[in-house]
Amino acid sequence: MNLEKVFFAFFIVLALTLNFGFFIGDMDDPNHHNIYELFAALVVSLIATVMKFGDRAHIGAVLLATSLVADLQLIAAVIVWTMAVHASDAGLTPYILSSIVSLSGGALLANITSVVILVTETVMFRR
Amino acid sequence: MYNLLYLLLRRMRTPLIVVILAYAISILGLVLIPGMDDQGNPWRMSFFHAFYFVSFMGSTIGFGEIPYPFTDPQRIWTTVAMYMTVISWLYAIGSLFSILQDPSFKRILAFTTFSREVKAMREPFYMVCGMGGAGKLVVSELAAHDIRSVVIDRDETKIQMLRLEELPIHVPGLAGDVTDTSTLLAAGLKKKQCQGVIALTGSDQTNLTIAITSKLLVPERTVICRAEDHDNQVNIASFGTDYIINPFDSFAKRFAMMFQSPSMYLVYEWMTSMHEAPLSEFAEPPRGTWVVCGYGRFGKAVQQSLSFKGIQTVIIEADPELTNAPEGAVIGRGTEAITLLEAGVEDAVGLIAGTDDDANNLSIIMTAKKINADLFIVARQNLSSNDILFTTVKADVTINPGRLIGQRVVDLITTPLLADFLRVAREQTEEWANVLVSRVVGVLTDRPPESWVITLSKKETPAIHELLMKGVEVTLCHLLTDPRDIAVSLPCVALYVKDIDHREKLLPEGDRRLHIGDQLLICGQPDAETHMRWTAHNLHALTYICKGKDSPCGSLWRRLDAREQASSNTPMVARDMQD
Repeated sequence: MNLEKVFFAFFIVLALTLNFGFFIGDMDDPNHHNIYELFAALVVSLIATVMKFGDRAHIGAVLLATSLVADLQLIAAVIVWTMAVHASDAGLTPYILSSIVSLSGGALLANITSVVILVTETVMFRR
Repeated sequence: MYNLLYLLLRRMRTPLIVVILAYAISILGLVLIPGMDDQGNPWRMSFFHAFYFVSFMGSTIGFGEIPYPFTDPQRIWTTVAMYMTVISWLYAIGSLFSILQDPSFKRILAFTTFSREVKAMREPFYMVCGMGGAGKLVVSELAAHDIRSVVIDRDETKIQMLRLEELPIHVPGLAGDVTDTSTLLAAGLKKKQCQGVIALTGSDQTNLTIAITSKLLVPERTVICRAEDHDNQVNIASFGTDYIINPFDSFAKRFAMMFQSPSMYLVYEWMTSMHEAPLSEFAEPPRGTWVVCGYGRFGKAVQQSLSFKGIQTVIIEADPELTNAPEGAVIGRGTEAITLLEAGVEDAVGLIAGTDDDANNLSIIMTAKKINADLFIVARQNLSSNDILFTTVKADVTINPGRLIGQRVVDLITTPLLADFLRVAREQTEEWANVLVSRVVGVLTDRPPESWVITLSKKETPAIHELLMKGVEVTLCHLLTDPRDIAVSLPCVALYVKDIDHREKLLPEGDRRLHIGDQLLICGQPDAETHMRWTAHNLHALTYICKGKDSPCGSLWRRLDAREQASSNTPMVARDMQD
C-alpha cells in the first residue's frame, strides 16, 4: 500500500463528492446550494492539485490538468458569488446562482474525469 | 527548464499544502464564530470577509479588525490563526529559498542554461574540453578570431574564471564530468554546427574517453586531442582521431631543428608564434655537452632528439629507478650546486631545466647561472601564471607545454594552410630557409610577422572574382600592391599557394596569375592584411591597381569616360604607358 496514493485518491474522490453535493438540487434555489460545501470543494480541489505537482508520469500530468480545470471553475464560481453578494446591489439572484451552480457543474465534470483516470490507472496497475 | 520546474514543484508540494490548509482552517473558523456588528446585532463574517482578513493577517500586513471590531471568541480564534498562517508562510518561503540555494538544484539550473545556450547556437562552434593553460588560450584566441566555442571542465572555479575573462563573444561554459556522454551531448556534440571536439584536459585517459565518445557517436566530427604519453598516443590514433598533439615531442623536434637548421627553426617560430608576442632575438644553441635536469616525458623527448643530432647529454634525475634513467645519470634534483657540479655544469654549454615543477626549474636556472654564466638555458614553464618569473630569469628558450598545445590547436583551426606550408617547407634546404628569412625580415618592423590566408572566391574576394570573370588578368603582384599607392608594395611575402586542384607552390612568383579557388598563405605586418583585404573587396581599388589609374564609378562619368576613350583611343594608351 502506497500512502501517497491513498492520500491522493482520498482528495480526488472527496473533491468530487463535495462538488456533487454542492451541485445537486434546483439550479436557482439558494436552499439547495450550501456555501460551506463550495468552500470545502475548492480547498480540497486545491490540495489535490498541489499533490500532483511535479509528477512526471503521463497519467500524473493529465490528472494535474483536470484538477487545474476544476480549480479554475470553482474559483470562477467563488468570484461570481463574492461579486454578487459584496459588490453589487442585486445580491444573490436566481440568475447569478444558476451561473454559479453551472460553473461548479463544469468543475464536477473535471472531477469525474479525474476519478475515471484514477480508476483506470488503478485497474491497469496489477500488483 | 521543464526538468527544473518539475523539480521545484515536487519539492514545494508539502509547503503549499500546509499553506492551503492553514488558510482553509483559519477562514472556516472565522466564518463559523459569531460576531457582532456596530449596532450590537449578532453578525457572521462572510467567506469573502474572512478570506480578506486572513490574507492580510497571514502576510502580517494587519489592517485591523474589519468590518466590525471582533468579539472575544473571534479574537481567540484569530490568535490561533495568526500563528498558524504566519508559520506556514515562513515554512513555505523558507523551503522555496532552500530549494533555490540547493547545490543539486543549482547544478541542474546551470546545466539547463548551458544546454539552452548551446541549442540556440546558429554559428559554427568548437567544443573545448578542459580549461587549463591550453584550453584558456584556445578559447580566447578563437574568440579573437570571431570563432565561437563552448567549454566544459570538471572544475567549477575554472568555469567561473571564464565568465570573468570578458571575451569579445559569449562562450557558454559548464562545470561537469567531461567523460560523461550526456555532458558532451549537452555541449552540442551532435549539433551540425559543431565543427570539432578539442580534448585538452590534463589527463590522457580523460582525453582518450572524450575522443572515443566523439568518434563513436559522430564519426565525421574532427577531434583534436592532447596526449603526453606514447602508449596513449597510439591508442588515441587507432580509432581515427584527426590530430594528436604531444607537447613534449613537438618541442623536442623543434629543438632538434634549432641545431640542424636555425633558419628553418626561425621560420617555424614566426609562423606559429603567438598573437602580438615580441619578436624574439634569435640565439643559435651551441654544440657541446648539455645538462638535462629531469628525465620525465619532457627530458626523455629532448634527450632523444639531442642524441639523435649527436650531442652529448648528462642527465640529472631525482628518481632514476622510476623514470628509467640511463646509466651514468646524476642522482639529485639539480636545484643544489653540488649536483650540478657533479654533472659537470662548469664545462657544459647548455642546460635544460625540464622538471614538472616551476619553482625547481627556476631554482636550477639560478644556481646553474651562478656557476656558469655562459650557459644556453632552456626552461620548461608549467604554469602560465608564472610568466613574469620566467621572463625575469631570462632563459634563452622557454617552453610552456600548455601554450604550445594551445597555439597548435589555434593554428589548425584558423589557418589550416599553415600546416600544409610547414609540411612542404620542412623538406626544403637550409639555404632556402635563409632566403625566406631574409625576405621576411625585409618587410618587418619590430613586431613578429602575422600570417593569414586569402581564398579567392566570390564571397571572400568579390572584386578579384568579378575581374577574373570579366577575363581581366590579375596577378599576385596586384594583390601585394598597396591600394593607396601603386608604387609601393605591401609589407608582406606570399609564402605558399594551393590551387583548386591541390597543386602547391612555395614562394610563388609575383607574375603568377590568380585563379578562383586559389588559397594563398601570406605573412607580413598585421596592417598589410587589412589593405590586402580592401583590395580584394573593392573593385575600384583593384581596378586602380590593375590599370594604374582611377576609373570612374558613377554612371554619368563612366559614360563620359567611355566616349572619351572611343574618341581618343591612341593618346590614352600612350598616357598609360607613360604611367
